[in-house]
Amino acid sequence: MRLRSGVFASSCLLVQALGVALFLRGFFPVPVRSVPRREARADSPAEPAPPGPGMVSNWTKIPPPLFKKVVIVLIDALRDDFVFGSKGKQFMPYTTQVVEKGTSYSFIAEAKPPTVTMPRIKALMTGSIPGFIDVVVNLNSPALLDDNLIWQAKTAGKRIIFYGDDTWVKLFPKHFVEYDGTTSFFVSDFTEVDDNVTRHLDTVLKREDWDLLILHYLGLDHIGHMTGPNSPLVGPKLREMDNILKKVHISLLSKEEASLPNLLVVCGDHGMSETGSHGGSSEGEVHTPLLFISSAFEKRSDPGYEHFKIAEKSHGNWIKLYLEGNNSEILLNLGKKILKQYLEALKTLSSSLSKQVAQYDMYSMMVGTVIIMEVLLLLLLSVPKALSKRAEFEVPLSPPLFSLVFYLMCLMLCAVHVIVCTSAESLCYFCSMSWLTAVGVMMLISALMCGILSAIAKILENYRLPVKNPIVSNSSWSEIDVLILAGTVGHVLSLGASSFIEEEHQTWYFLINTLCLVLCQELCRNNFLLKECDPQLGTSAKQNFDSIGEVSECKNIDIPAASNSKLGKATSSSEFIKGSDKWISLATPWIILICCRLLRSLNQTGVQWAHRPDFGHWLTSSEHKSELSFLAAVSLLMIFFLVQRRCSLVSKIAMALGLLGVYSYRAAIGNVIFPWQHGGKDISKGITEARFVYVFVLGIVFTGTKDLLKSQVISADSTTKSTGLWEVYSGLVLLAALLFRPHNLPVLVFCLLIQTMMTKYIWIPLKFDAAQITIMHYWFGQAFFYFQGNSNGIATVDISAGFVGLDSYVEIPAIFLTAFATYAGPFLWAIHLLCYLSSEVSRNSAAVGHGCFCYALMRSIPVAIYVVLVTGLRYHLFIWSVFSPKLLYEGVHVFITAAVCLFFTAMDQNHSYIKVQD
Amino acid sequence: MREAEIRRLLAANLLCALSVVLAAVVPAFFLDGFSVLGTHLTWLCVCSVCVATLNIILHLVLKPNQSPKRRFFAHKISRFLKCCIYFFMSCILFHAIIVLYGAPLIESVTETFLFAVLLSTFTTLQCLCLLGPNIQAWIRVFSKNGAMSIWESSLQITSMCSLLGAWFGAFPIPLDWDRPWQVWPISCSLGATFGYMAGLIIAPLWIHWNRKQLTYKSR
Repeated sequence: MRLRSGVFASSCLLVQALGVALFLRGFFPVPVRSVPRREARADSPAEPAPPGPGMVSNWTKIPPPLFKKVVIVLIDALRDDFVFGSKGKQFMPYTTQVVEKGTSYSFIAEAKPPTVTMPRIKALMTGSIPGFIDVVVNLNSPALLDDNLIWQAKTAGKRIIFYGDDTWVKLFPKHFVEYDGTTSFFVSDFTEVDDNVTRHLDTVLKREDWDLLILHYLGLDHIGHMTGPNSPLVGPKLREMDNILKKVHISLLSKEEASLPNLLVVCGDHGMSETGSHGGSSEGEVHTPLLFISSAFEKRSDPGYEHFKIAEKSHGNWIKLYLEGNNSEILLNLGKKILKQYLEALKTLSSSLSKQVAQYDMYSMMVGTVIIMEVLLLLLLSVPKALSKRAEFEVPLSPPLFSLVFYLMCLMLCAVHVIVCTSAESLCYFCSMSWLTAVGVMMLISALMCGILSAIAKILENYRLPVKNPIVSNSSWSEIDVLILAGTVGHVLSLGASSFIEEEHQTWYFLINTLCLVLCQELCRNNFLLKECDPQLGTSAKQNFDSIGEVSECKNIDIPAASNSKLGKATSSSEFIKGSDKWISLATPWIILICCRLLRSLNQTGVQWAHRPDFGHWLTSSEHKSELSFLAAVSLLMIFFLVQRRCSLVSKIAMALGLLGVYSYRAAIGNVIFPWQHGGKDISKGITEARFVYVFVLGIVFTGTKDLLKSQVISADSTTKSTGLWEVYSGLVLLAALLFRPHNLPVLVFCLLIQTMMTKYIWIPLKFDAAQITIMHYWFGQAFFYFQGNSNGIATVDISAGFVGLDSYVEIPAIFLTAFATYAGPFLWAIHLLCYLSSEVSRNSAAVGHGCFCYALMRSIPVAIYVVLVTGLRYHLFIWSVFSPKLLYEGVHVFITAAVCLFFTAMDQNHSYIKVQD
Repeated sequence: MREAEIRRLLAANLLCALSVVLAAVVPAFFLDGFSVLGTHLTWLCVCSVCVATLNIILHLVLKPNQSPKRRFFAHKISRFLKCCIYFFMSCILFHAIIVLYGAPLIESVTETFLFAVLLSTFTTLQCLCLLGPNIQAWIRVFSKNGAMSIWESSLQITSMCSLLGAWFGAFPIPLDWDRPWQVWPISCSLGATFGYMAGLIIAPLWIHWNRKQLTYKSR
C-alpha cells in the first residue's frame, strides 16, 4: 500500500498519542487507596478502607475531648503574609491582636504541591500528601473514601455543619447534617460566593445543635485569580474576613462555660503566587497561615514543646562539654557513632519514603514507552523516503517474511502479559484493561516492530546496491541545517536537567536568536556575495568552518552589513531603487530580534528569574490601567491591519466588529477602560460581549471552511483554498485575541508581524525547503508558547480563559478554551505554516506532506526521549515539582500536534483530489 | 617558506595565549584581592588591554600583510582613526547583540559592555590589524574559502572559536548550582577566552596538518 508522508506522519502521531496516554496513565496512577473496596451504604457515609496490617491503632478507648465546639474557617488562597505580614497588620487588626496577645498558636503551614483546592482539602482532612493525579481530577471530585477527620467525627457522633465551596459536599456527600455549597468555578465573582457563606453565620452561631462548623471562603482566591495579590481588592476582602473571624471568636468566647473550651481554626488551603494563580510550588503558593485560637492555650503549654526545650538543653550541654576541651577518644568515637547512625537512618528513611510516595505502574509505563520509541524509530527510518520529491512510500502491510515474526512476537508478548499480570501484587492499569484491548495493543506493538525491521532491511538492501545518485552524498550542509540539528539535539538533551526544564524558555529564546543571526548571515551572503562565492565550493578547507562557525561567521558579516546600511545612501541611485527591498530584507532579522527582546521582557517566566519585574506586571497593576487600555487598543488595531490583507470583504468586516467586541469585553470585565468612561463602572461578567465575539469567530471560521470545501468539490483554483485557510487562521487569531489577557495582546501582534515579515523577506527570497521552514515554525511556536507567559509549571495555566463568555462551569468548552489559550502560540504558528506551505504548492507539490512529516517528527523526538528520561529519573527529588508538570505539558502538546497533523493531511488530501480531477 | 611562516604564526599565537594567561595571573601581585572571578571587571579590562597591545605590537613587528606602497603620514592617521571608529562600532554592535540575546538592558550595563569589548578584542581588533578598515576584505575573508594566507586562516579560526566559546559559555547560566562563575557575564567571558585560546592553538596545528590541501589563490 502506498502512503503519502502526511498520512503516514499523522497516523504515526496518533499511535504515539496512544502510547503517551498509556504512559501517563501508568506514571500518574490513581492513588490505590481511593479505589472503593466496599460499596458505600446508602444511609450512612461511605466508610474508608480499613487500615492495613501493622497500622492497627493502639488506642483502646476513645480519648476524652479537649474542645467542645470547633469552628474551622478555611480562606481559600490565604497567603501567610496576608495574616502575618504588613497586609495583615493593616487589614486584619483583630486577628493580628489575637496572634500577638497569645491566646493562640500560629504557624506557617507548608502546603505540598499541587497547590490546588481539591487535593489540598483532601490533604488537610486525611493528613496525606496529595497524589499528582488529583490535579487532573480536581474539576471532577469523587467522594473521599480514605480515612479522614470528617468521617471520624461523624462516627464519633459529632454534628457537622458546612458552608462554602461545594467541593467539600462532593468529597463528603453524606457527612454533614446541614450544608450549603457554593460553586467555585465562576472566578470573576468576588462577593456573592462569600455572602452565601456569611448569611448563615448569625443563625448558626446562636444555635447549639452542632459540634463542628466548617466555613470555606472563596472570594480571596477569585480576587487572586483575576487581579493578583497586590490588587486593591485584596485589602477590603481581608478586612471582611477579619470581621467574620471577630464575630465567630466573640460568639465562641461568650458561649464558653467552665466545662470545655471552644476552638477556632483559621487556615488557608494554599497561597497564591505573585501573579495570583496557584498550583505550583513557589514560595507564595506553598506558605499558608495556620492559627489555632482558643482560650485553652492561655492555661497550659504543649508537652511537645517542653520536650523540645529539654532536648535543646541537653544538646547544648553536649556542645558545652565539647567546647570545654573534653576532646578525648570517647567523645570522638561517640560523635562518629552518632553520625553514622544518623546517616544510615536518613538513608533508609528517604528511600522508603520515596518508594512509598512514588508508586509507579511500571508495566503500563513500559508498554507506553515501547510504543512511543517504536513510532519514533519508524519516523526516523523513513526520513529519506518521506522527504523525497514524491513524498510517498511503500508500506509493507503483509510481507510474508514477517508474518512469522509477527505471530511469534504476539505470542511472546501475550505470554509476558500473562506472567506479569498474574504475578503483580500492585494494581496495574494495563492488566485491568479488557483482554481484547490488551491483545490489540500487543498486535500494534508487534506490527510496529515488523515495520521497523522491514524498513531496516530495505535500507541495508539499498546500501548493498551501488550508489545511484551521487548528488545526495555530495550535498554539503548549510549553516541553517547544522543549527537546526544542533538545536534539536541540544534541546532534547537539556530535558534531562531540572534547571533546564524550569528555564526551558531560555533555551528557545537562545535558539531563535541564533536562528535569526544565521538567517541574517544567509541574507547577507545572498545579497552581497553571490558573485564571489559561487565557484569552488568543495575544497576541504571551508567545510569544517561551516560546521563550527555558523554564528561567528554571521556576526562578523553583520558588522559590514550594519555599516553598509549607513553607506546605503551613498550608492548610486539606480542601485538604490532596486535595493530598497534589499535593505528591508537585510533589516528583517534585526527587527525580529528586537521584537523577541521586547516580548521576552513582557512576561518573565520560569523559576529563577520569575520574580524580576516585567512589563506584564507593570501593565496589570491598577495604576496603569489607561496605559494598558491604550496598548490593548493599538494592539487590536494592528491585529486587524495585519490580518485583513488576505481576507474577503465579509470577513474583514466581521474581523473588525469582532475585535471591537474583544475590547468591549475587556472593558466590561474591568481590565481596560473606554476613554470617555472615568467613574468606576460596575464590573460585569461580560457574557454578552464575549458571546458577540464568539459569533464572529464561528462566522469567520465557517466562511473559511466553506471556501475550503468549495475548493475541494468544485475544482477551483488554489486562491480559493488559500483564502479559506487564511480565513480559518484569522478566525483563530480573533479567538486568541479574545482569550489572551489584555497585556498579552502585543504577543499576538508580534506573532503576526514576524510571520508576515518572515514570509515576505526571508522565506520566499531565500527559497528554503519545506522541512527547514517547518522546523523554523516549530521553533518560533515554542518560543511564543513561553512569550505568552507560560512556563513548565502548572501555576501559569490561565484558567480564567476557560470561563470567557460562560455563565457557569461547563466542562468541555472550558477545557477546550483553556487548552487553546495555553497553546495558542504553537497552534497559530502551525496553522500559519499550513497557510504558507499550501501557497508554496506551485513550487513544490509535496510541500504540505513534507511539512506535516517534519512537524510530527519534531514533536515525537522530544516526547520519546523525555519519556525515557522521566522513567530513569522517577526517584529524582524534583520528580513531582519539575518533571511531571513538564510531562503533562508534553503529553497535551502531542495530542494537539496530532490534531494539527490531521488538519494538514486533510488539506493535503484535497490537493491530491484536485490533481486527480484535473 | 611555508614552514617558516607557520612557525612564525605558531610563535605569535603562543605569545597571545601566554598574554591571556599572564593577564589572569600577574595582576594578583600588584593589585590587592585581584582574582578572575572576584574582580571580574578588572580582569576583563586587563585582559582586553593585554591582548590588544600584544596584537598591535605583533602586527607592527611581523607585518604579515606586507604593503608595498609607502604611505603618507596623514593617510596613516586617517587609517588609524578609522580603525578606532570601527573598533568602537563593533563594541556597540556586540553590546546590542548581547542585549538582544537577553542580557539586562540597564542593570549591569558595564559588565555587558566590557564583555562586548573583550569579544571585539578577540575578533574585530585582529581583523583591523590584519586587514585594515577595509570592509570588502573582511567580507572576502569571512565568506566561503576567502582566506588568502595562513594569517587569514588563523584569523578565521580564532575569531570563530572565541565567538563560539562565548555562545557555549551562556549554557550554564540557567543551572541552579549557585556557583560564582555562573554570574553574568563571567561564564560567557570565560567561554570566549577559552575559545580564543583554543583557537590560537588549533589554528597553526590545523594549518600544519592541512598544508598540502591549502592553496591560497593570489589576489
